[in-house]
Amino acid sequence: MERLEVKKLHHHFGFTEILRDINFTLEKGKVLSIVGPSGGGKTTLLHLCAGLLDVEEGSVENSFISSSFAFQEGRLLPWKNVIDNIALGLLAKGEKTAVAVEKSKKIALRFGLEEEDFNKFPKDLSGGMKQRVSFARALVVEPSLLFLDEPFSALDIGLKKELQTVLIEMTAQKEISILFITHDLMEAIRLSDEILLLKADPGHIVKRFSYELPQNERDNKYVYNESAKILQDEEIINTFELELK
Amino acid sequence: MKFAFKILKDFPGYLWSGWGSIAAIFLFIALWDVGNQLYGNLVLPSPLETFKTLWLMLNDSEVITEINITLYRAAVGFGISLALGSVLGLLAGFFVTASMMSRPIVTILVGMPPIAWIVLAMIWFGMGDETVIFTVIVASFPIVFVGALQGTRTLDGDLKEMADSFNLPWHMKFVDVYFPHIFSYIFPAWVSGLGMAWKIVIMAELLATSDGMGASLAVARSQLDTPTALAIVVIMIGSLMFMEYIILEPIKREVELWRD
Repeated sequence: MERLEVKKLHHHFGFTEILRDINFTLEKGKVLSIVGPSGGGKTTLLHLCAGLLDVEEGSVENSFISSSFAFQEGRLLPWKNVIDNIALGLLAKGEKTAVAVEKSKKIALRFGLEEEDFNKFPKDLSGGMKQRVSFARALVVEPSLLFLDEPFSALDIGLKKELQTVLIEMTAQKEISILFITHDLMEAIRLSDEILLLKADPGHIVKRFSYELPQNERDNKYVYNESAKILQDEEIINTFELELK
Repeated sequence: MKFAFKILKDFPGYLWSGWGSIAAIFLFIALWDVGNQLYGNLVLPSPLETFKTLWLMLNDSEVITEINITLYRAAVGFGISLALGSVLGLLAGFFVTASMMSRPIVTILVGMPPIAWIVLAMIWFGMGDETVIFTVIVASFPIVFVGALQGTRTLDGDLKEMADSFNLPWHMKFVDVYFPHIFSYIFPAWVSGLGMAWKIVIMAELLATSDGMGASLAVARSQLDTPTALAIVVIMIGSLMFMEYIILEPIKREVELWRD
């Protein structure tokens, strides 16, 4: 069984403690989100899980066959056009160029990019389009584990919903597992099987929330209700400093 | 290959966009002619006379030999600083210590006036090819070096991380992630290094050799032969403009399409 297991993870940058005693497991086909205020070590945790940072203390065991990463700021290669950017991961896997381009075009259309955008360079794309490209680049390699770093932040509501629906479909068919970080609670509730609340200084998990209802059965009402519930939670109020003074 | 083809395909369009520049050149020549009418032929020969002299010179095989000598010196000198500057600059950029240590040295090299180098080189190498080539190298090396250094120093850590997240093999990392970035720094440095080399070669020849275009310029000066002096200047500027606008600029445009 493919899974990602994080045990007793601690991390420091110099003398600053960033993460303290993080434990969680992500099973195949599940969505786990990490929410918390900015600067709470969420990105560090994600990078540790994805192997982009070296683990110092504790362990991260990743038995997923393949994984890919969609970054918050897109991180497209400025000297490559839309299609070549999307195809990057496929080419790295040794796919033939013609096949890679074909697949990239298909997924670009699926993510709401137009044919006339295919030859554009990132400088000519809007923020939302860049994020779509970054998303497409991460998904075109058909990873079994997907890391998402606030991937919906620059998208308008319609497209956000669309991309989330794509992800929900994929998880429903157990094609993909997702570990993602966000500070948008509603987004987390719509997508996640489990939510970890990460409190800052140093980053540690203060509470876990689980949602049993399958994602494709969660309607707006469910999401609003759960959001309202979670917003009254003592720990959430403390962590996000929601209390009015 | 695809790339070279695209450059060729866009070339006519690029040339067509050059009418403004041609108009500017003609305006300059008109002003030159005004200068001629104000100050007379000895101080400033007319453009017509200069171009006539130029035509005669270009039909003279001796002049062509001189031009070839100068071209050879500039090419060898620039070639060496191109290779050396690029390689050392790239290496220095990859190591923090090396790039910190090389900065003051570059400042010294840039700050030292070329004329002082020529004097030193004349003492070290005597009057001949070596002096000129050496001066060209010291003058254009730092420019190329700094360009290469900047290119590697400014590589984007975020993009490296992205490349790692997709497990890019090393050759893809180099071709797709590092090279385009470094090239966008190093190529302009090559262009300005070339301009520098071309100017310095004349100066060094004028002072340190008895052949080459610089030496011809010295002869023209001693005989008060202003038309020949100006004709040599026209050759220099003309060849520089040809290199820059006909060869390098189209390449640069294609390479840097992705820039803002």
